[in-house]
Amino acid sequence: MKLFRFRGGVHPHGHKLLSNQQEIDVLPLPRRLYVPVQQHIGVPAQPVVVPGQKVLKGELIAAAQGTLSAAVHAPTSGTVVEIGPFTAPHPSGLPVTTIIIDSDGEDRWCDEQAHNTDPFSLTPQEISDRVAAAGIVGMGGATFPSALKLHLGHKQRVHTLIINGGECEPYLTCDDRLMRESADTVIDGVRIMVHAIGLEGASIAIEDNKPQAYAAMRSAAEPYPEIRVVRVPSLYPMGSEKQMIQFLTGIEVPAGTRSAEIGLLVHNVATAHAIHEAVRFARPLVSRVVTVSGGAVRNKRNLQVPIGTLVQELFDYCGLVENPARLIMGGPMMGQVIPHTRVPVVKGTSGIIALSQRELGEMQTMPCIRCGRCVGACPVGLMPLELMARVRAADFDGAIDYGLHDCISCGSCAYVCPSHLPLTQFFNFAKGELVTRDVEKRKNDYTRKLAADRQARLQREAEEKKRAAAERKAARAAAKAAKATEQETQA
Amino acid sequence: MYAAIAVLALLGFALGYLLGVAANKFKVESNPIVDEVTAMLPGSNCGQCGQLGCSAAAEAMIEGRIPVTCCPPGGKSLAEELGRKLGVSVDLSGMDGPPKLAVVREETCIGCVKCLRACPTDAIVGAPKQIHVVMQNACTGCGACVDVCPTWSIELTPEPETLRTWRWPKPLPVAA
Repeated sequence: MKLFRFRGGVHPHGHKLLSNQQEIDVLPLPRRLYVPVQQHIGVPAQPVVVPGQKVLKGELIAAAQGTLSAAVHAPTSGTVVEIGPFTAPHPSGLPVTTIIIDSDGEDRWCDEQAHNTDPFSLTPQEISDRVAAAGIVGMGGATFPSALKLHLGHKQRVHTLIINGGECEPYLTCDDRLMRESADTVIDGVRIMVHAIGLEGASIAIEDNKPQAYAAMRSAAEPYPEIRVVRVPSLYPMGSEKQMIQFLTGIEVPAGTRSAEIGLLVHNVATAHAIHEAVRFARPLVSRVVTVSGGAVRNKRNLQVPIGTLVQELFDYCGLVENPARLIMGGPMMGQVIPHTRVPVVKGTSGIIALSQRELGEMQTMPCIRCGRCVGACPVGLMPLELMARVRAADFDGAIDYGLHDCISCGSCAYVCPSHLPLTQFFNFAKGELVTRDVEKRKNDYTRKLAADRQARLQREAEEKKRAAAERKAARAAAKAAKATEQETQA
Repeated sequence: MYAAIAVLALLGFALGYLLGVAANKFKVESNPIVDEVTAMLPGSNCGQCGQLGCSAAAEAMIEGRIPVTCCPPGGKSLAEELGRKLGVSVDLSGMDGPPKLAVVREETCIGCVKCLRACPTDAIVGAPKQIHVVMQNACTGCGACVDVCPTWSIELTPEPETLRTWRWPKPLPVAA
């Protein structure tokens, strides 16, 4: 298969060996689970249980609201103790509505006999309905509802399906271990997706720093010639959707366009595994593989973790050698800093990285020397130094002209910057400002319309009043005249 | 020489007449910029800018008597748009912080419906002798309801920060 290139990219140290040598371990069932109703991009799910209610593993506890939303299921059997705000896995540390479940230790599924369906006898609509019912979201970290993506697939004439086994983020090895240990189920999930979208085949891209995963997937895909397993070089950000598309197909997704709009879909390998579970066995997404790594962790490894487990439980199990200097959910390049260890693991949590002080290093910020290394590293082809100068001066229009909307926040520019400038942080700040302004503008348009409507209503009411008064006057006059004529005739 | 004087005089009269006709035909009723700027403003005539309604504010802005940042309901986006429209530089430093919205204190609301009538955007919902509530997505924070409430039950409070409204802060100043 002919491969292409994308420009830029960086080669951060992988640190993969820290955690990819051991098999995926199953975390002992935590006593209490904290399941947020929003673990996806879109509208939060609505709780359908009440405190005190007994739930079984896999039971629906919060229903999706509309299509851009995802259902949430009980990760174990037990009792709902509370539904209320709890710290979200988010850098702000702000609360999100969370369903708290006390486990009864039995871990009993809501349907004991797992029914085995042949997915290839189902229609594409039935498959995407099942995926929606299982609450599956993109497990690479973007957490976009997968059913919607599949649905777009059989509506918008998708011609290429790419399965992303890149895992280009340092430290993370959850997809690596999953592909090594469950290659068959991943391939099955891919075949189900191919069937659901109505394609001829799919490509699975795996970075060359995962030779065992590549070999396992290759042999699992042997009987299915329509599934191609492709080895791609280790280059960050290979696992980013647009960069992966460009590398495999040579197509550059145009600015401001979703890849699905031009007929390309990218799904993560863990999502493929979850789709296999959901469609074949009607098992919703209630657990996932999480990499626990970083210099502060004693036993770095991958764990099968129920959704809603506190990060603290992972550290209790794996052990810490020192107080972590920084906690990150996801990879160190694009992951989110989390405020403390009392936040739950969610569907998009690929890893929990506890960095030691030594790994963090001393970073003295220096002035920009305009060396242009960020320009060489940017995988999108932007000029980060120029962008940052504009963002710093609060010239957001200028920043948009320099392509702020195309920035994927991959962090390559900040990684190579010899002055250690927080480039990505500046871009994230600018994107947030633009969103705020957009929200304000929409609200202004709305309230302006409301004010105009009110003025029109008041005017109409005044006119109606006037008319009613005139009618009453006329009626009175008529009555008077009638009375007068009556009196005349009597006289 | 007479011919030249005649030609120039004729030309002068003809062009003058044309100008006169054009001045009548293409007469401008009011300053078009005022109308355009008024259309950009929220139109709720709340008076937080200290002017008598939005069209008066538009006039004052064009004359430079008040800054373009004087409209709290419009926020930063409106200030920037106005700055672009009027070609003035905008100092947004005073506009940080979340917008303020009206909130009804339920313990003391007597359901008098005065605020309902005062609200320029119909953002308050209620009925006589029922507790009223402010629809946050329609409230501009103009404060018209605060002034009419007989029991001081309405307060302008900063919009609470949620995951939806939280944004990355600007990184700390770096060496220039």
